[in-house]
Amino acid sequence: MAWSQAVDTAAQAIVPATPERVFELEHVSVSYGPNLAVRDVSMPIHRNEITALIGPSGCGKSTLLRCLNRMNDLIPGAHVDGQVRYHGIDLYSKGVDPVEVRRRIGMVFQKPNPFPKSIYDNIAFGPRVLGAKGNLDDLVESCLRRAALWDEVRHKLKSSAYGLSGGQQQRLCIARAIAVNPDVILMDEPCSALDPIATARIEDLMRELEDEYTIVIVTHNMQQAARVSDRTAFMTTQVEPDEDGGDRRSGHLVEYDLTDRIFKNPADPRTEDYISGRFG
Amino acid sequence: MALSTPQRSAEAAAAVLAGSASAGRTRGERVFAVLLLGATAVSVLVLGLLIAQVLLDGLARLDLQFLTSYPSRRAARTGIRAGITGSLSLMVLTAAVAFPLGVAAAVYLEEFAPDNRFTRLLEANVANLAGVPSVVYGLLGSAVFVYLFQMGRSLVAGALTLALLILPVIIVASRESLRAVPQAIRHAGLALGATPLQVAARQTVPSALPGIFTGTILALSRAVGETAPILVVGAVLSRRSDNVPWGLLDAFTGLPIQIYDFVSRPQADFREGAASAAILVLLTVLLLMNSVAIVLRNRYARRW
Amino acid sequence: MSEHPVIGAPVLVGDPGDRPPMSLGGRPRRGEQLAMALLALAGAVTVLTTVGIVAVLFFDAASFFREPVVSLWAFVTGTEWRPFGNPESDAFRIGVLPLLNGTLLVTGIAMLIAIPLGLASAMYLSEYAPRRVRAVLKPALELLAGVPTVVLGWFAVDFMTPVLRGAFGDERVAIFNAASAGIVMGIMIVPTIASLSEDAMSAVPSGLREAAYGLGSTRRRVVLSVVFPAALSGVVAAIILGIGRAIGETMIVAIAAGGMPQMTANPFEQVQTMTAYIVQAVRGEAGPGSLTYESIFAVGALLFLMTFALNLAAQRFVRRYREAY
Repeated sequence: MAWSQAVDTAAQAIVPATPERVFELEHVSVSYGPNLAVRDVSMPIHRNEITALIGPSGCGKSTLLRCLNRMNDLIPGAHVDGQVRYHGIDLYSKGVDPVEVRRRIGMVFQKPNPFPKSIYDNIAFGPRVLGAKGNLDDLVESCLRRAALWDEVRHKLKSSAYGLSGGQQQRLCIARAIAVNPDVILMDEPCSALDPIATARIEDLMRELEDEYTIVIVTHNMQQAARVSDRTAFMTTQVEPDEDGGDRRSGHLVEYDLTDRIFKNPADPRTEDYISGRFG
Repeated sequence: MALSTPQRSAEAAAAVLAGSASAGRTRGERVFAVLLLGATAVSVLVLGLLIAQVLLDGLARLDLQFLTSYPSRRAARTGIRAGITGSLSLMVLTAAVAFPLGVAAAVYLEEFAPDNRFTRLLEANVANLAGVPSVVYGLLGSAVFVYLFQMGRSLVAGALTLALLILPVIIVASRESLRAVPQAIRHAGLALGATPLQVAARQTVPSALPGIFTGTILALSRAVGETAPILVVGAVLSRRSDNVPWGLLDAFTGLPIQIYDFVSRPQADFREGAASAAILVLLTVLLLMNSVAIVLRNRYARRW
Repeated sequence: MSEHPVIGAPVLVGDPGDRPPMSLGGRPRRGEQLAMALLALAGAVTVLTTVGIVAVLFFDAASFFREPVVSLWAFVTGTEWRPFGNPESDAFRIGVLPLLNGTLLVTGIAMLIAIPLGLASAMYLSEYAPRRVRAVLKPALELLAGVPTVVLGWFAVDFMTPVLRGAFGDERVAIFNAASAGIVMGIMIVPTIASLSEDAMSAVPSGLREAAYGLGSTRRRVVLSVVFPAALSGVVAAIILGIGRAIGETMIVAIAAGGMPQMTANPFEQVQTMTAYIVQAVRGEAGPGSLTYESIFAVGALLFLMTFALNLAAQRFVRRYREAY
């Protein structure tokens, strides 16, 4: 006991104090081929908070989210400028392995996408792929419990994940993401394919998960952002003339603040317009 | 003459409609439809004739003695045992080579190959190979396997030649199965921190497996009936012993080869009796293989 | 610092100061690199096959043409094909035209059968057939497509030839003749033409048909004047592929068309096609190095060039009809 304490203290002395910020985006721009999707976004993401990205469709929120775990790499022609710093390391610098990035920064998608396997195997996939051996029963149970799904599926762990309802599948996807013990969970409109009751359960789940993980969610539902998040970033599309004389539409960050302030007292009139429903 | 006035247009329209209701027009329509149906039926009828002829000539000749005898110069004593074991051994070896090679190539092309000109060339190449006459594959096999690699006119040379022949078929079928797996599955796997290879090996390929198996069985059923390539590679028409899959350097024969042998003989007993009985066996085998493939597809192929 | 129950990696929660500096560099995965290399190698096998075919055919064909008694001119214009025995003797002839004649004669007869029947079947299945009839006829055609060619060859000698001889007389129709093989080959190609043409016709947007029907057209007119022209690229591709298959077909002609190359336009006479010659000669005594052996590859090279050109042409037409819709 004393030995490990000594090791910890020594580690603390050597390691520089990690800031409270998990992500630091600096002048991040994303383009798909010649089209600029997101322009010059700079903002931090804080640990153990739920940060929401809101804005009208097409403003680049999902694109920005996908920068955080290098899922944009999968889109041909995607290119990221600027720096996406994660615990101080630029995710897009040379030598960073996207596979390692995604191991620490998980993602839940808009449409639930469980594997065509059993519930058990869905959750066990991540750990197995990372080298976990032996009995994973405890881990599977723990993840299902934390995803508020255990009671509903405990008796049918070996049945196909496709037999679950939409809301259950999404909670399964969350459990699956948790199983690899990530630092951050990204959620891309996780409730947009679900009914209101399923949505409410997932929102409750998010608030529980916040204690252990940092969560970034994209949502087109403002009220959801208001209910669930600690900080909110409002993005919108801006049209500006480009070099060739035509117009260029790209998304950019308008305002980023504590959710309370954004919704009660937004600084930018565009934010206020969006929130009050005047557009979007 | 311009139909400028409404009245003229109405008259013209009435004339057209009246004309189309005439008996001549309807009869012409019906004749055309019957002609088309008849033409379609011709091919099916010929198929029926073929099957009927096979059954008529061959059923009587088909018995246990026929299935278990080696070839003989006497039509009454000849049998297709050597052809059956030959074809079986060929199939086992061909599958053992073509299946892993074909699936691996398909996985590479579908999951990993970068989207550049070289890959497109590779894909066009596969499409072209599918259109090369089978006898040319025989020439390739003869020059490369029989002579260059010095395998001689052997079972393994025949199997390798057939494997190259059906490789494009397996690749195309496997790629289709892989393509049917939704991207969402791959994204889910990658988002968990699995490498692209792990996602392919543990999710994508297993999901596509039923379709891959179906395609492979169909490809093999093509190979079973192929005569020209193995004839060119040096299959013997008449063999007095069994082929076993591990007799790689043995001389070899096959069921289609024996059929070719029987058909080429002047005696009617061979041409009509023995040949049709052998054909009956071959067609039955093909029917079985295709049925297995179809059952596989209907029961296990995932509907995404 | 607590450990994850199974994976053993440190759990990244707790005080910021707890966490060790992180590397996102990734472990070198040797096993994966090897696996990827093997996959790429498998892909390369297809390239090697093509290279092999081209190399083998043209290398040996080149040897053939390098022989002193062989000239390209004699090859393409000579009307006698007898590349056996002593090359110096008078009887030795290397004019490929008889083989080409045989191939084209049989192919011509086959296409005379296959094109009308194939197109008619395609039109019927695509535009006329009620669902239940289609459910029977289409699988039947696919069944026909699966019959091995050696079986069709048997059918040609055992059924077709007697029928022809009975209809036109024993003296007129030889035991081995181009017509038997050609007719059966035509039937064999019907499924190819029918299925590809049907694909092309089905791809024609129904809006076009509806417009025509709306104008009072009969179904026959819609099919012939609207659907068929719209599907023309696909139909042409189907026909070209059918021709390619006919040219490359071996067993039907080897069994039923004969083994004697001659220049003739008479379908009831015996001919030898390029493919039948290859099969006949390769089983003879001539081993590698002999002129006869090399002649096989010269014919093979010609065969390959013809089918390759046809395939390229067909692909171009397929692309054109795919792009249109």
